[in-house]
Amino acid sequence: MAENLKCSHCNNPATVHLTQIVNNKIIKVDLCESCAQAKGVTDPEGFSLADLLSKTNLTPEKGEPQITCPDCGLSSADFRRTGRLGCAACYQSFVPLLRPVLEDMHAGVVHKGKVPEIAFSRQSSEAELQTLENALQRAIEEEAYEDAAKYRDQIHAIKQAAEAEAVES
Amino acid sequence: MIESLINSDNAELTQSTKKGAPVVLSTRVRLARNIVGTPFPERANSSQRSDVMTRCAEQIADLTQMKHGVFYDIAELSDLEKQVLVERHLISRELCESKSGSGVFINKDQTCSVMINEEDHLRIQFLKSGFSLRSVWKQIDRFDTGLEDGLDVAFSQEFGYLTACPTNLGTAMRASVMLHLPGLVISEHMEKVIRAVNQLGITVRGLFGEGSDATGHVFQISNQQTLGESEQEIMSRLGSVFKTIIDHEINARFKYLEENRARLLDQIGRAFGVLQNAHVLNSNEAMNLLSLMRLAVDFEMLPEANRSDVDRLFIECQPGHIQYSAGEGIEPEARDLCRADILRENFARLPSLDFDKVKDLG
Repeated sequence: MAENLKCSHCNNPATVHLTQIVNNKIIKVDLCESCAQAKGVTDPEGFSLADLLSKTNLTPEKGEPQITCPDCGLSSADFRRTGRLGCAACYQSFVPLLRPVLEDMHAGVVHKGKVPEIAFSRQSSEAELQTLENALQRAIEEEAYEDAAKYRDQIHAIKQAAEAEAVES
Repeated sequence: MIESLINSDNAELTQSTKKGAPVVLSTRVRLARNIVGTPFPERANSSQRSDVMTRCAEQIADLTQMKHGVFYDIAELSDLEKQVLVERHLISRELCESKSGSGVFINKDQTCSVMINEEDHLRIQFLKSGFSLRSVWKQIDRFDTGLEDGLDVAFSQEFGYLTACPTNLGTAMRASVMLHLPGLVISEHMEKVIRAVNQLGITVRGLFGEGSDATGHVFQISNQQTLGESEQEIMSRLGSVFKTIIDHEINARFKYLEENRARLLDQIGRAFGVLQNAHVLNSNEAMNLLSLMRLAVDFEMLPEANRSDVDRLFIECQPGHIQYSAGEGIEPEARDLCRADILRENFARLPSLDFDKVKDLG
């Protein structure tokens, strides 16, 4: 070690030199023993410069919309700071911020892998039921009884299908 | 709390006698999963976290693959116990730091662990010694499908499995192998290899460069990207990259043996001597020496039957394991004495190196 490198965090002499290649760029970091420990660099499991880098991708751009997730209250500032989302619903709220980030991060922007068939069909029929029940309620309030009858029949059909499935399995 | 796990005579990484292989230490696949309707662990309050724990625990206890497994509440483990579990790759450092309501399920042979309330509600991991991406995937896929039977997993058709960090979105799968690459390190080809595989969206984790000798030449190589490709596509890409790296490693070893036979045999011979006789060994030095012993097995200078001893010592010589076996609270210096004792004892039982075997090689 000819050069006397300093830790990029605290200016102590750097003894840990980490190189990773992320998105075709070589990134080098010099750290002292204690900063390396603190950042988990010495743990080959848990550390990737890519994780750090992906957060720098998240620096805010001017004039971008301020978003807050209606479910968990995460704000776009929180997301920028941590690089993490707060709940599953955030993925709907933060779509405009996420799309460009995902393009840089991944091989594509649409999921192509495994689908949790059972859980997903259960959830979608529950969501559909909820929508229909809301519509039914509204129709009754508005005294649109023809519509209400239609919604009631649809709800009935979904429930019957679910019961039949449950009996089968 | 973790004695039964440490003393198990059936743990995949420390007791597996049958499946050792040159170059590849182990294969791992992990999946991140979250439950709908509850914020991710970092934003969940303690009652939501414990609710997730209860629901997951019920579902996991039903799965046959977890039969006779154990559960540890992270809050009830000492720092040392946590460190031991980290060194065995059963939990992550992040889980150690987590708030209340975090825990881990570990199955009987320690091939499967499920962390609850880490970065995501569930982090499922399956591992196996040697190279077996497909069979590990099959196991974890079945386990995951079993979990989804009873849990509403957060999923969107567009983004796939929804995770706290967008870097895991999609399949939420990280498949990795631990490779022992002394040939590529010694011949200084490691950086080139990393640059090449990285263009394929594959990450190499670990220290290398000048400090590389300190890691026992072990690297963890895994997919970086999780969205836009199916699990099968990711694994077949990884599989062909791993095979290429393994080929390069073996070529590098034979080339080095051809060009520097005396030096290499000298290094291996001296390492064996040190392991049989040293009285003070720090962790880094021990890893380097053990790395050379693994190479000695690959070159048939030590019997194949002793590969599992070397692989077990790789884990048992980690600081947490040494401290655990010596009883809590020993000083780092005393730890180095214990480590040397353990290695001396183990290597006294080994046959001497058969240098003639290497004559026919290269």
